[in-house]
Amino acid sequence: MKRKLPLVITFSIGVLLIISEFIPHKPFGTLSGELEEWFLIISGFAIILGQLSLFKVNLFKVRFKQKDWQFSIVTLISFVIMVGFGLLWGTENSSGIFGNGSSIIQLIGDKPFDYLFHNVYQHLQATMFSLLAFFIASAAYRAFIGRTIESNLLLIAAVLVMLGNTTLGGFLTSWLPESLKFLHLPELKQFIMTYPTTAGQRAIMIGTGLGIIGSSLRIILGIERSYLGGK
Amino acid sequence: MLGFFNILGIWLGALFTFAIFSFLYKDNPFYKTAEHIFVGLSAGYWFIYTIYSILIPNLYNPLTSNISKNWILLIPAILGIMMLLRLIPKFDWISRYPIALIIGTTSGVFLLRYLKSDVINQLTATLINPFSSGDWVEVVGKFMLIFGTLTGVIYFYFSKKHTGTFGATAKIGIYFLMISFGAAFGYTAMARISLLIGRLQFLLGDWLGLISP
Repeated sequence: MKRKLPLVITFSIGVLLIISEFIPHKPFGTLSGELEEWFLIISGFAIILGQLSLFKVNLFKVRFKQKDWQFSIVTLISFVIMVGFGLLWGTENSSGIFGNGSSIIQLIGDKPFDYLFHNVYQHLQATMFSLLAFFIASAAYRAFIGRTIESNLLLIAAVLVMLGNTTLGGFLTSWLPESLKFLHLPELKQFIMTYPTTAGQRAIMIGTGLGIIGSSLRIILGIERSYLGGK
Repeated sequence: MLGFFNILGIWLGALFTFAIFSFLYKDNPFYKTAEHIFVGLSAGYWFIYTIYSILIPNLYNPLTSNISKNWILLIPAILGIMMLLRLIPKFDWISRYPIALIIGTTSGVFLLRYLKSDVINQLTATLINPFSSGDWVEVVGKFMLIFGTLTGVIYFYFSKKHTGTFGATAKIGIYFLMISFGAAFGYTAMARISLLIGRLQFLLGDWLGLISP
């Protein structure tokens, strides 16, 4: 019951949705939209489950004084503050328990949730991702050592795309005559993006598409059941 | 007071920017604190976003406005609550039912959707007449597009050993994939550098006022 019923649910819903694609009449015609609405609601709960699980893990870390537990307190406090602000005064487009928060907006210029979002969260996020600029440089050094044809192709494509996107790239090849226009760096970049890059991306898309189809079939038929957990 | 909070916001931004950048020297408590604040705020942000953008408009509002018409939504609501029971080890098996529904829906929808968008449509767009244009650059490009896509797909076929003609074809597929990865790498590097420039603009402009923002 604990394992078989979920398998039956997955099989029935999966098969029903596949059938409904070929039958436009009621109730099959509207089934897909209805189930996708359910899916949205349940996945909303799943997101909340994820956040609560993070809260629980950090709470356990503090309770049992595990390694770096002090930082878990920081995570817990910032989570509680963000959620608290959001619930009490709402967000930019929605009201909270205390209403629209007009008095607090007059005081700090924004709703507390948005104030934290604009002045802390956004800065942290942008800096965290900009930090990757430094690491990507060291990754590039390792990847671009042209030992093989593959790494040379990677290097040439990356350099041409980067140069082709800058004004310097255009300037460097501006002297080329009209008959060699295709070697003009912005043109070359466009050529790489339109043809060989698209070819590579399409191959990946077709490959993943076939992979997803295979996995979906395995799940519907109950061959793949790891989502039920190990017990 | 408004001015104070504006300045405080800028100082907070600068402080956290430096805290994150301090990782370039080595891992340190300032970076770790900023990192954990980011994790906490991020989780809090998505928690609130989910409530206000998914659950209230799609569940709470329809149920409170007209329950007799929208009673069917009680089913996903109950399944959602069953999902939350995963947090209680004794009852975590109950969450398998909503997970089964989500997995079943995803599999059923994705099977046909990906067949259409990622397989059939992509093959249709690939199998074109390369000579439809008079420009020789375009003709060469279209040949590359057809050849690159087919050889790339051959590379992803792992049920046959990559040797002989099949292996050589797969190898050409890898070359096209490498060009694709190189271009993606170039764009990623540029995006990160543009973010770094944005950070420097914030520090030199908004915070120090040395450049006009």
